[in-house]
Amino acid sequence: MKQKALKWFLMLAITASAQAETVFVTLEKDNALAVVDPIEGKLIKTVSVGQRPRGIFVSPDNKFLYIATSDENTIKIIDATTFKELGKLPSGKDPETFALNPAGDRLYVSNEDDSLVTVIDVAKKKVLKQIKVGVEPEGITVSPDNKWLISVSETTNMVHWINTKTNTIEANTLVDPRPRAASFTADSQQLWVTSEMAGTLMILDSQTKQIIKTISFDVQGVTRDKIQPVGVVIDKERNRAYVALGPANRVAVVNAKTFEVEKVLLVGQRVWNLAFSPDQKRLYTTNGTSNDISLIDLDTQTVTKSVGVGTYPWGVAVKP
Amino acid sequence: MSFLHYWRAMWGIVGRELWRFVTQRERFISALVRPLVWLFVFAAGFRAALGLAITPPYETYILYEVYITPGLIGMIQLFNGMQSSLSMVYDREMGSMRILMVCPLPRWFLLLSKLLAGTGVSILQVYVFLAIAWFYDIHAPWQGYLWIMPTLLLSGLMLGALGLLLSSFIKQLENFAGVMNFVIFPMFFMSTALYPLWKMKESSVFLSKLAEYNPFSQAVEMIRFALYEQFDQHAFIYTLVAFLLFMAAAIIGYNPSKGMMVKKGGS
Repeated sequence: MKQKALKWFLMLAITASAQAETVFVTLEKDNALAVVDPIEGKLIKTVSVGQRPRGIFVSPDNKFLYIATSDENTIKIIDATTFKELGKLPSGKDPETFALNPAGDRLYVSNEDDSLVTVIDVAKKKVLKQIKVGVEPEGITVSPDNKWLISVSETTNMVHWINTKTNTIEANTLVDPRPRAASFTADSQQLWVTSEMAGTLMILDSQTKQIIKTISFDVQGVTRDKIQPVGVVIDKERNRAYVALGPANRVAVVNAKTFEVEKVLLVGQRVWNLAFSPDQKRLYTTNGTSNDISLIDLDTQTVTKSVGVGTYPWGVAVKP
Repeated sequence: MSFLHYWRAMWGIVGRELWRFVTQRERFISALVRPLVWLFVFAAGFRAALGLAITPPYETYILYEVYITPGLIGMIQLFNGMQSSLSMVYDREMGSMRILMVCPLPRWFLLLSKLLAGTGVSILQVYVFLAIAWFYDIHAPWQGYLWIMPTLLLSGLMLGALGLLLSSFIKQLENFAGVMNFVIFPMFFMSTALYPLWKMKESSVFLSKLAEYNPFSQAVEMIRFALYEQFDQHAFIYTLVAFLLFMAAAIIGYNPSKGMMVKKGGS
């Protein structure tokens, strides 16, 4: 009897540890998806998913993964447990970055070469509209209140504010050169945009659509030209934001209230995209040229480990 | 000979060394300034020089300052060991060595006490250095600071025994410059204190081999792993064996009837 109880306890312990969050990383060069256990700090496996996978999202119900396979001109729907391909979405040409609305029924894709944003009905797998935007649209995001779709065009240096009901551009904001990524705060009041060329982070007010603050970065021992901010994420309480500084190999920690850069953390080479753990206690970074991801503990604000995943890790998404 | 005798003798030697350490403030400061200059000036210039490779015990990318810290701990102990040897030569010139040696206790015990005294001083210096490094953003897990204690004892003894052995060869204080040139510098530079082995291998396989067999490297690696709560068995055994060999040779060296003193015709 005692033994049985022990067995049960062991089984429970094993399943409990197996239920820890999973990190998914797209590997642009390996044409594969890396599956990582971030608690153990181990690569579990890699699964091939198609040609040049880049942007990745987990569906709101955590059942599917959406992966942009750029060289196949499609976004694939993949089962988040079995990794079987379940379907394809008509993304338009060369999809790289895309965004899901909070409900998960609309998907918006940047088509860089055609200067378009494609609006997709996820359930019907159909294109609803193609919106003409500035040259080379890159960063794309939807506000948590589902009011705004933001498209950032790299060459026009513009943030386009698109009404999600009408799918039309309502306003444009001129920003620093080569804007890359955009993220809303959880209350949808602010939009944070990074500029790769100016090496800055701009904070825009959602009401006025004007820049209220521009932050520049300085890393000791790293030349200015190497500081190229890309991915940016802000925590739910709006205490801190984290910015990937590209070839500076650092993640900047920004106080989201005072807009001061508090710290820079050393990670792998050409850090590009970032994702929080579901409880926002950890942050995961993809390091493009050192072929690994770095795990950051946010309580202590230290990089705890870097895990090799495969060639050219690009996008990162987390499933609880 | 009772236990109390041994205890009193050891305490006398250790107490003298500690008292010397506390009263000679210049010595304390200079012992700290050396590694701090390396940390703040030398390491600052090489911040990004280490390149890309994560080697154990590190699990992610580190700045050069973090890499060099265990090496500088080793440096503190290396200089301390040599300083003790210097003080032995001084003691011999001043005649206080004779008082020590006529003490009716085994020679090995007296020498070991001397070593422990020096090592105790070096451990104090290391912890002060680590405390300053903490404010320079060099942090290790707190358990690591406890784990290094036994490794510091062993590495301190090993380097001290080497110093003791050398001091049995040196007749006069002036010859200490030779120790600097032929022992301290080669030992420090041809080790993993400043660069990891893989980096050295990139430029010279021969140099990396020398560094690998250098007992100072092994002591530094033992400290490095301990600082990150890991036990490097190979480095531990290597350092232990080196200590036993140096100690045995030093005991022979200090034997008035057989040792180096007779050959040199010294006191």
